[in-house]
Amino acid sequence: MKIRCLSLVKPFLFAIVFGIFALHGPAAFAQGQDRAPEYFQSDIQYGAQIFANQCTACHGTSGDLIPGVNFRAGQFKRVVSDNDLRATITNGVPGTAMQPFAFGASELTGIVSYLRNFSSFDARGSVIGNTARGQALFAGAGNCASCHAVNGKGPRVAPDLGDIGALRTAELLHRTLLDPAGMMLPANRPVRAVTKDGKVINGRRLNEDTYTVQLIDEQERLVSLTKADLREFTVLKTTPMPSYKDKFSAQELADLEAYLLSLKGVK
Amino acid sequence: MNHSRRTSFPLLLALLIPFALRAQVTPERLLHASDEPQNWLTYSGSYASQRYSLLKQVDPSNVKNLELKWVFQVQSLQKFETTPLVVDGIMYITQSPNDVVAVDANTGRAFWVFHYANSPAARPCCGIVNRGLAILGDTLFMATVDAHLVAIDAKDGHALWNVKVAEPTAGYAMTMAPLVVKDKVIVGVAGGEFGVRGFISAFEAGTGKQVWHADTIPDPDQPGHESWQGNDWEHGGSAVWMTGSYDPDLNLTYWGTGNPGPDFNAVQRAGDNLYSDSVLALDADTGKMKWYFQFSPHDPYDYDSVQVPVLANADWNGSPRKLMLWGNRNGFFYVLDRGTGKFLNGKPFVKVNWASGLDANGRPITTPQPPGVPTYPGIQGGTNWYSPSYSPHTGLFYVSTWEDYGTVFAGVKAEYKEGTRFTGGANTTPIPGAENPAGARQGPVNTYTEALATGGVVALDPKTGEKKWKFAMHDVNTSGILTTATDLLFVGGREGYFQALDARTGALLWKQNLGGEIIAGPISFQVDGKQYITIASGNSLFAFALRE
Repeated sequence: MKIRCLSLVKPFLFAIVFGIFALHGPAAFAQGQDRAPEYFQSDIQYGAQIFANQCTACHGTSGDLIPGVNFRAGQFKRVVSDNDLRATITNGVPGTAMQPFAFGASELTGIVSYLRNFSSFDARGSVIGNTARGQALFAGAGNCASCHAVNGKGPRVAPDLGDIGALRTAELLHRTLLDPAGMMLPANRPVRAVTKDGKVINGRRLNEDTYTVQLIDEQERLVSLTKADLREFTVLKTTPMPSYKDKFSAQELADLEAYLLSLKGVK
Repeated sequence: MNHSRRTSFPLLLALLIPFALRAQVTPERLLHASDEPQNWLTYSGSYASQRYSLLKQVDPSNVKNLELKWVFQVQSLQKFETTPLVVDGIMYITQSPNDVVAVDANTGRAFWVFHYANSPAARPCCGIVNRGLAILGDTLFMATVDAHLVAIDAKDGHALWNVKVAEPTAGYAMTMAPLVVKDKVIVGVAGGEFGVRGFISAFEAGTGKQVWHADTIPDPDQPGHESWQGNDWEHGGSAVWMTGSYDPDLNLTYWGTGNPGPDFNAVQRAGDNLYSDSVLALDADTGKMKWYFQFSPHDPYDYDSVQVPVLANADWNGSPRKLMLWGNRNGFFYVLDRGTGKFLNGKPFVKVNWASGLDANGRPITTPQPPGVPTYPGIQGGTNWYSPSYSPHTGLFYVSTWEDYGTVFAGVKAEYKEGTRFTGGANTTPIPGAENPAGARQGPVNTYTEALATGGVVALDPKTGEKKWKFAMHDVNTSGILTTATDLLFVGGREGYFQALDARTGALLWKQNLGGEIIAGPISFQVDGKQYITIASGNSLFAFALRE
């Protein structure tokens, strides 16, 4: 898989981005089997890493150590749909060695994606990310920490990413790093308001209705505005967060993604 | 990246920091919370827990002009018992089970929602509820039903830390709003109906690291342990499920404790069962107990003494004195010296027959009723956890009541098993066919309460313990109370009415039918020059202000 990396985030503008895919990503495709599921390389690779750490003790690296189950051949005992797979992993199989696993949604998406592509996945073509190196990139060359906090440590200019690894799949994070403008969540779009007396307010949108808009401004204050009091109100579709496509190497991008996937929120 | 932008960022950040700091809730602001009545910075409005507002825009002459300004509907059908915080125009609301919502206090529109997923092991005894938050700096603190304490960024609703306070599988839970004192967050644990051993703990606000831990049942080598027999103390309850108060001059924090366990079969736990049904005065820095006062020794009636301690400085026999005022679930109104715990006065404020009075030390002179004869007050008490109010302006203490409410108590042997109910009671109402206990309203039709119980608000004079006035309600009263500097008293009720009374006379000045049971406390605050009064009713929060 070819991967590029994050570059520098423009400070003090409103980046945002992680998360857009809730309705379009693999999790949604995998909910039912009424249409062909779509699996993505980043999710498959993430799932392969989880499988190697959590599943091979029983299933083996080739996925065929349990009688009646052979992942390489797509053979399962009771699983039909991807939802069945998720349920089996989450709930375990009573009376067997298959215990319940408390995986989050992005991890489940990864594992399911990997199991569905077990025979075709070639680990030799993948770039394995390093979480520690990714954290260093986040704080350093990536300049991510100029806008994003992690569990409250850092600015609030852009969303806190402390639980982004639980909220977003590997594929969604990957796409976001490559195309932040295209993946930006509408809820997080930068807004610009000018009051009738000429005061300019820039911020990140938190909520909006017909008559009002709520945002966090550049001074990190929560601000609620009544539209009737505004001379101008603009929702921007651009983002100051740059694409990392041509700025990081494939390895650096994988490292950064590994770090972001490790952010599961405070427990 | 553009170099000029890189270099300008630290400069911009430095310029912006003062704005951020100015908005923070410092320990100093909490000390003087009542001096900024435009806000509501703690669960009870101030460390003295008087629920008294200095705002004067709404007064007896114009209160009839209050009108609804906005409604916030919570996304939960559980009981809505929250008291919001208001900080510089931002309101923070909790909704069941443990969500936090930040809303614009001027419009009720939301900024963000924080969702907390409780452990499936959580087993609160009496409802999946939460009563509110604490704040320090830019951080909110919430105690959860699965007995965790969570810190949340007040600006963006993101969790900052999360610590387990107690084991939910054993029946521990938390429903109270925490209390912040200096740099610590203090909470207690519920679970008295599961035979837990209660405690109060303080945690570092910045990290969640525990600073001190105070058991509410003494260890075998501690004074007070002799009030238990054998191993009864290990499952003796004495839970702490309402927010405490704080006196900064004495550096004492005060917390009420709940019933001993098993609740009703007192023969299983001989002795006074310290420190159940008591108020504990703890050093705020160490948790070390300075004094205690036990309201209901060896309690067989479930008379939790978890009511919010109300602190008042008032004249007492010609001299100024630091008082603690307490309308107890056991039906007596107490006045204590909060520096020493000395009992000063106590009189019943509802019908009481479990005791004929209090002795010179405040110990009840018990008069247990024969089998089959109702005890007054009943299980839910003469009042319960609903926040009372004290007005320094009127000098009166106000409490919501359950009047003429009795229960036929019958203890049965209880076996302790971790995580299961340990109450030991087969209690009944004296009214044939009526619900027992009458802890929850059963719907909009109400045709039984004049026989089962009625309710209201009473105004009590701390100097004498006498009732100055009573505002009677058809149903029992589950609402908290707010008083203001213009001698208004706001109170809801189980019937869904929200009322303004004359705090001096109890006269009804204004009412609004909100249609849902009110089991929370009203608050007042001011935004953009407009005084608001809000109350939770049913599953919505209603905000009122004067018609413009």
